[in-house]
Amino acid sequence: MFRIVKYVLYDILQNRMVIGYTLFLLAVSLGLFNLSGEATKGMVSLLNIILIVTPLVSIIFSTIHFYNATEFIELLAAQPIRRSILIWSEFLGLAGALSLAVMIGIGIPVALFAPNATGITLMLMAIALSVSFVAIALLASVLTRDKARGIGVALMLWFYFALLYDALVLFLMFSFADYPLEKVMLAFIALNPIDLARVVVLLQMDISALMGYTGALYREFLGTGWGITFATLVLTAWILIPILLAVRVFRKKDL
Amino acid sequence: MLQSSNLSKSFGKLKALDQVSVQMQAGQAVSLIGPNGSGKTTFIKCLLGLVIPDSGALTLRGQSILGTWDYRRHIGYMPQIGRYPDHMKVGQVFDMIREIRGAGMKHFDDDLIKAYEVDKFAHKAMRTLSGGTRQKVSACLAFLFDPEVLVLDEPTAGLDPLASEILKEKVLAEKEKGKLILVTSHILSDLEELTTDVLYLIDGQVQFYQSIAQLKSRTGEEKLNRALARIMRNDLQ
Repeated sequence: MFRIVKYVLYDILQNRMVIGYTLFLLAVSLGLFNLSGEATKGMVSLLNIILIVTPLVSIIFSTIHFYNATEFIELLAAQPIRRSILIWSEFLGLAGALSLAVMIGIGIPVALFAPNATGITLMLMAIALSVSFVAIALLASVLTRDKARGIGVALMLWFYFALLYDALVLFLMFSFADYPLEKVMLAFIALNPIDLARVVVLLQMDISALMGYTGALYREFLGTGWGITFATLVLTAWILIPILLAVRVFRKKDL
Repeated sequence: MLQSSNLSKSFGKLKALDQVSVQMQAGQAVSLIGPNGSGKTTFIKCLLGLVIPDSGALTLRGQSILGTWDYRRHIGYMPQIGRYPDHMKVGQVFDMIREIRGAGMKHFDDDLIKAYEVDKFAHKAMRTLSGGTRQKVSACLAFLFDPEVLVLDEPTAGLDPLASEILKEKVLAEKEKGKLILVTSHILSDLEELTTDVLYLIDGQVQFYQSIAQLKSRTGEEKLNRALARIMRNDLQ
């Protein structure tokens, strides 16, 4: 498998979009840390941008890459090799390249300005989100034949996870404000990798007191060792479930 | 060598292959002919494992290939459209495919690589190549592993006349060596030169599967295109 990953990775790392993305992350991170003077403030602003940008770029880039590689994937699928190895290689290549972009674009500024647990958590969450959205993109791509529709689905999914989901949750909270929803909220957070990443980083920042009663509950639950394990497991599931489904579909797909 | 029995595949309502049963031997070169959407590509894709048939059997060298993958080391495939990763160099594409299927191979068939002087553009990125040059790469890859079955999808489309002649000579040479060759093309003169038999498909059904010599004597025509035209005019039998 790694024979193929090597070549996929090499190809993607030279892609202009990936290079531009790395430079963009680097510029934004350095800019925010420098402008806000204090590392924590910079971190909060950076968090908000990362939660929007990394899933968007990961899902769109992976989808476009997959559709552009259709003919090459077809040629490789006609070689004596298992289909599952092919799609795993695509996944590892994409995930590897986009994680590397995050490590350089966010990792270097964090190492310079905020070399602490929060900074490392921020970078790890950005990597986890990138990998998860690569997996989601591949699942959407193997399910849709048409390139335009595939990119449309990818955009919709991003829109849902990054923007729509929070609105829906808020709507639910207000509708059922009379009931104790704190425990339900925890479940809601697990159902969206972006929200989960946000809460995990915010809890590291010691500003969860600002988040009210729900924040205290998160702190109580997610702040403990068990909570970290829980968050890690859920994020891993957000990577493994889409990619395993994608592999399953791809193995039986008519190319 | 290759046998399909009652092979069927539909895409939604469209029957791409409808009970196709044919047998092909080593040393045969078969033209796949038929209008657009007649099932030629689907047949090839079933053979390559790219499309999974709904029903029927497909065997290569006496063994069923459905659901397996290892048999593909006996097949060389030249696709109609060769698109490769933009930033990969020509040499890397060769390295990659060699790493995938070259393990344990002592002899590589680099006749085409030499004839097309691939070394001269091996350092170039794939995206900078013209369509014809990419086709040359595809052709070289198909023949590289000296496979027993060659599947060529519109092989001469996009190649310049010289490159096209080189490819045709190579195909004929491989046929002489006893390979089984499947070619689709809309250029009937090429097919007449290269192949021994014609498999004619319409709407996924086999209309006829005959040797070119038989076709010609049946219709009394000297040229393949005229023989085919005559058959298509006088109701297909």
